[in-house]
Amino acid sequence: MQTLTLTVNGAAVTLTLDERTLLVELLRDRLRLTGTHVGCDTSQCGACTVHLDGVAVKSCAVLAVQAEGAEILTIEGIGSAEHLHPMQAAFREHHGLQCGFCTPGMIMAGIDIASRHGPAPDEPTVRAELEGNLCRCTGYHNIVLAIQAGARAMGAPSPVSSPAATA
Amino acid sequence: MFPFTYHRPVELASAHALLVANEEAKLLAGGQTLIATLKQRLASPSDLVDLARVPGLTGIAREGGALVIGAMTRHAEVAASQQVAAAIPALADLAGRIGDPAVRNRGTLGGSIANNDPSADYPAACLGLDATIVTDRRELAAGDFFLGLFETALEPDEIILSVRFPIGGTATYAKFANPASRYAMAGAFLWRGEEGVRVAITGAGQNGVFRWSAAETALVADFSPAALVDIGLDGDEMIADIHGSGAYRAHLAGVMTRRAVARILERGSP
Repeated sequence: MQTLTLTVNGAAVTLTLDERTLLVELLRDRLRLTGTHVGCDTSQCGACTVHLDGVAVKSCAVLAVQAEGAEILTIEGIGSAEHLHPMQAAFREHHGLQCGFCTPGMIMAGIDIASRHGPAPDEPTVRAELEGNLCRCTGYHNIVLAIQAGARAMGAPSPVSSPAATA
Repeated sequence: MFPFTYHRPVELASAHALLVANEEAKLLAGGQTLIATLKQRLASPSDLVDLARVPGLTGIAREGGALVIGAMTRHAEVAASQQVAAAIPALADLAGRIGDPAVRNRGTLGGSIANNDPSADYPAACLGLDATIVTDRRELAAGDFFLGLFETALEPDEIILSVRFPIGGTATYAKFANPASRYAMAGAFLWRGEEGVRVAITGAGQNGVFRWSAAETALVADFSPAALVDIGLDGDEMIADIHGSGAYRAHLAGVMTRRAVARILERGSP
């Protein structure tokens, strides 16, 4: 067993866990942050994507103990039902989801894309960047549109400050 | 996963001491292969020694005529580095095509070459660029480092510190990626310089990455895709699996090499 301290969605967390615990298991089973999903569990599908110290990672391919001292941002930490993150709002506006299973990972990947490529990533860029996020419902057309719109909105001056802006 | 003890040393000497004290210990770099292997119970190390907090293992620097990249440098950093793009653009291009963005944010150069997966990308760059692998006790030429399938010249307690890539000549990496995993079905890293031509093939050979010497000889005589048309790899020596037969991979490796030649003729670099 190991005792671990890290920051999750801005809050300090200390807990003792088995070394084998994956970051996604820490989030879902210990902290009950079930917005982060487990899809393939083989680091291919991207449903478990969260931000670790500001960059997108697959939380099923990271041991929780590797995140000692790190800042983790999950889908629960980027907005609320009343104040959606611009990327969440864009997914709703552009119907960028059907069943919604892949959506938390898509949105966390989308924010990562916007932070690296700025407010106007072109379609081929977004499609290439989504290589590690799979949607099995309906294809990627509206997801790509949503990420482009979300990136635009994130780049625009906004009166609503979001935790993602500092993540 | 089988149980293991996790260590997070903060200096190289303690990481090494842990390896010496625990015969079944494994080093943990980015974990993008090792953690998947542990989850499938294909490995059962007694101890995991995480190198993430050991100082001096990350970073990109130009030293004389070479680019030195720390073993724990993430693929994403190499892909985004202006310094790499200016000195060896083919290397930045290769790093940016490993796995997917989230994998590139975790995976490391040292982890990739220490694992020596037969379909990994970095081993091809090391061989193609005639890189030197710098460890805690010696320097190894890439040609002496990669020994076979998941096998390297590393001693059980040896730790890679960095890789030195010589700058000069022109290079390019042509890769046919598996659409699901993004591993190379066949990849050709081609280098052309004053000393001649080097062709390193990954993803295809049963013994892992290799130099395709017949192609090199042909390209020294005539640097054109046509020079390779009559030269073939032996399909019986190539990987055969659900994704493709040995003959398919042998053919694909040839196609990738010809594309690499054409690209260098057109643009000089990727």
